[in-house]
Amino acid sequence: MSATAAFLEATIRTATPLAIAALGETVVERAGVINLSLEGAIIAGAFGALVGAGIAGVGAGFATAALAGVLVGACFAAFAIMLRTDQIITGTALTLLAFGLTGTLYRRYYESGAALSIPTAAPLEIPLLAGIPVMGGALFAQSAMTYLVYVATPVLWWWMYRTHGGLALRAVGESPMAARAAGIAPRRVQIAAILFGGLMGGVSGGTLVLSQAGTFAEGMSAGRGFVAIAIVVLGRWHPLGALLASVLFGGASALQYLFQAMGWPVPYQLFLALPYVLTLVALAGAGQTHARAPAFLGRPVADGGE
Amino acid sequence: MRGELPVMRAVGRAIVLALVTIGVTATLLALVVAASGHDPSAALRAMLSGSVGSLQIFTSSTLVRAIPLAIAGLAVALAFRGGLLNIGAEGQLLAGAAAAAAATALGVGGAMGRAGVVLALLAGALAGAGWASIAALLRRHFGVLEVISTIMLNFVALHMVSFLVRGPLQEPLRIYPQTAPFADGMRLPLLPGPTRLHWGVVIAVASAAIVWWVLRSTAAGFRVRAMGANPDAARVAGGIDVGRTALRVFLASGALAGIAGAVETTGVTYALYENLSPGYGYSAIAVALLARLHPGVVLLSATLFGALQAGAAAMQRDAGVPSVVVTVVEAGLILLVLVAERVHAGELRVRFIGGARAEPRTS
Repeated sequence: MSATAAFLEATIRTATPLAIAALGETVVERAGVINLSLEGAIIAGAFGALVGAGIAGVGAGFATAALAGVLVGACFAAFAIMLRTDQIITGTALTLLAFGLTGTLYRRYYESGAALSIPTAAPLEIPLLAGIPVMGGALFAQSAMTYLVYVATPVLWWWMYRTHGGLALRAVGESPMAARAAGIAPRRVQIAAILFGGLMGGVSGGTLVLSQAGTFAEGMSAGRGFVAIAIVVLGRWHPLGALLASVLFGGASALQYLFQAMGWPVPYQLFLALPYVLTLVALAGAGQTHARAPAFLGRPVADGGE
Repeated sequence: MRGELPVMRAVGRAIVLALVTIGVTATLLALVVAASGHDPSAALRAMLSGSVGSLQIFTSSTLVRAIPLAIAGLAVALAFRGGLLNIGAEGQLLAGAAAAAAATALGVGGAMGRAGVVLALLAGALAGAGWASIAALLRRHFGVLEVISTIMLNFVALHMVSFLVRGPLQEPLRIYPQTAPFADGMRLPLLPGPTRLHWGVVIAVASAAIVWWVLRSTAAGFRVRAMGANPDAARVAGGIDVGRTALRVFLASGALAGIAGAVETTGVTYALYENLSPGYGYSAIAVALLARLHPGVVLLSATLFGALQAGAAAMQRDAGVPSVVVTVVEAGLILLVLVAERVHAGELRVRFIGGARAEPRTS
């Protein structure tokens, strides 16, 4: 494989879990909620995948990953929506909780010295398309989860802008009071959005384990949830924007392969830090555009609707 | 009669609150330990003997760990009081630690003897403030949420330290990823007695006193509190330059976290290396919230968390319980504080107390 093809392949591979998490968070933020427990959902999903795949294979691994993510989302919804605690601090606390719990359980049940071998999802080559020069391998010889992103992005786009459900979601994020007047239950919509966001976070963590690393490591989410939240801002709260921003970050992370292939001597820590630096630069740039966050983002919705 | 001895009542309430907090913490810990399949009573015993088993253990383990938690906790409390969600104490702490190590490596203060360590602490404060200023400026000029930017900066700081200890600041033999041990003059002196407790404890208490005094008694402190209560009202009715106040709060908060890092390197580790902080900057958020952002109470909650972390090491050694369970307990405490605040504010009616509201808040 040429250096360029390898770089493109790594870009899409790295972008996949980011895009899955960011698509979920896009829906959550459109409902007016900022969910920092996304990072926790990813690590919980990663651990869930380890458990499920170890027992019953890859499919079960993704199912338990999704379930673990939904559980984190349910906790977040219980505190931040039903009890109306501060969203930012609740999300941070739940992320800490997920790191602590997965770390404890992992050391208790898996760190017995035996090498961990769990089934993983092999890349799926799409006939003909994978044969396209340079781009083909990168786009069409990936894990099934990459194809999930290809499908989920337009579907979410259509759903958000062309269906009553999507309209209700956006209405709640812009003006819960108006949404309530239109017969929508704002907090119910928010809870549903958070559960979906948790599910996507869990699947994102499952992808890390089952399609990429092939194993679990403590803290392996490594801030991807937080990067995904930045991606949502950068993607202007739009599914397509989230996808494009994810590819941008995948590219930034994959640069190290390109540089290694070129033999340029740059400290590897620079590459590890690059996605985070790029996030900051990109957010500063996004702040200068006219893109606007949902009006009620981060504010608690009371029983009366406001 | 009620109200005749307000001081006694306040002290009584504080003691009850402290006991309840310790009880809740122990219960949470026992639950998590039991849920992970270990013996809770053995774990709690190891935890107690490893944190408050003797005066020597209390000062050398618990208080030594409480020092960075307290100073970083003050950093978080100050920012939160001003309504700024600085989640970046960890990164600012690492920046401070790196700057202290760099100052030492460059031999600043080499001619100053014992006073050299003061320079290292100053370098730490400056670096912490500088690291925080990135988030502050991004917020002020580009509208970037400080929550996101400070978290990103935490990761950048982590990789920066990793680079420094393998690159420019690596020890002369270039074997281990850490700096050369600090010279005696660049170390914080230990307190007298059979203890590893160092002068950082004085710095922590003094910092708490200063933050408390500034918030309570100065015009600057008033601006911070007004901004935290309602930035729009502070600007319109109070005539406060919210942008400038936010920048200053960020700088002060970062400087405190940077000092925490510099104190840890000059007082405990005597070198810079990657896993210098076991997440002190993240625990600091729990420390500040548990103290309800009060600078004096931060010292107490930091001591509780110091005991938890010191005890966790003993628990792992003696009862085989992974020390990471403490993270679960910390997260549980944050969530409980959040819910308690909602109940206290009378916004949640709790059925089992007959729907009665808590006393109106006077603060």
